[in-house]
Amino acid sequence: MTARIGVITFPGTLDDHDAARAVDRAGGESVALWHADADLKGVDAVVVPGGFSYGDYLRAGAIARFAPVMTEVVAAAEKGLPVLGICNGFQILCEAGLLPGVLIRNKGLHFVCRDQWLKVENTSSAWTSRFDQGAEILIPLKSGEGCYVADQHVLDELEGEGRVAFRYVGGNPNGALNDIAGITSANGRVVGLMPHPEHAIDALTGPSDDGLGLFLSALDTLVAA
Amino acid sequence: MARVVVDVMPKPEILDPQGQAVANALPRLGFDGIGSVRQGKHFELDVDDSVDDATLAKIAETFLANPVVEDWVVRRVES
Repeated sequence: MTARIGVITFPGTLDDHDAARAVDRAGGESVALWHADADLKGVDAVVVPGGFSYGDYLRAGAIARFAPVMTEVVAAAEKGLPVLGICNGFQILCEAGLLPGVLIRNKGLHFVCRDQWLKVENTSSAWTSRFDQGAEILIPLKSGEGCYVADQHVLDELEGEGRVAFRYVGGNPNGALNDIAGITSANGRVVGLMPHPEHAIDALTGPSDDGLGLFLSALDTLVAA
Repeated sequence: MARVVVDVMPKPEILDPQGQAVANALPRLGFDGIGSVRQGKHFELDVDDSVDDATLAKIAETFLANPVVEDWVVRRVES
């Protein structure tokens, strides 16, 4: 009996296939979810993948958050469903209020596409338990609006509660406050990050297999439950 | 029908790299004396008379703007 992890496809999503492949490679069963269906098909966790949902019109993630499937994700997340938002998925989770803060245009204005070193700072969340505290991992980053910002009191709360999951090391690529690359919800079930772990699951096709750790973590969490 | 304008601007304390890029380009184009530029969004809505101000405010706050980083103003410009 393995865990079933849903991967949502919106109009403009790019990375749903890689996310599904990462789930399957980690030993889970990926389940395709459709933006217009208010139906999570009974999955045990959800990945909101990267891309440009609804063309990034208005603001990245601003329209996707109102998709029928997201209403279900928000309701289920509030009951503890593990949810991972990658890149555009992170932006959607912030717009939906599942994670605090917002992602704005990169400080240097340029779209950044490179392999990025990250430090893992939270190893207690549903998506990071497989990592060692302080581990440095290499994950592709590809985003134009990846600059994480939040009010000072939100930043203080994230830092004070150990909810910065991943921090950029070796230079801040986009101006994100406190070098934040990814954060967790207060209950550790929802994680969002700008870099793409689903593109780093095999040295043949990515810079490392470090990204597999997020998906293995979720499976550990679900199997233990 | 009424014409309603919603202006959305990045909050003063939020970095606005697009506005900065515009400001930096102006001297290169020969336009001097511009201290700074902030770039926002301007929406024009044709609104039925039955839509009240509270609804317009809700549209601006929950959808057109993200209040974490943006301020918004709603104006009725003609009716």
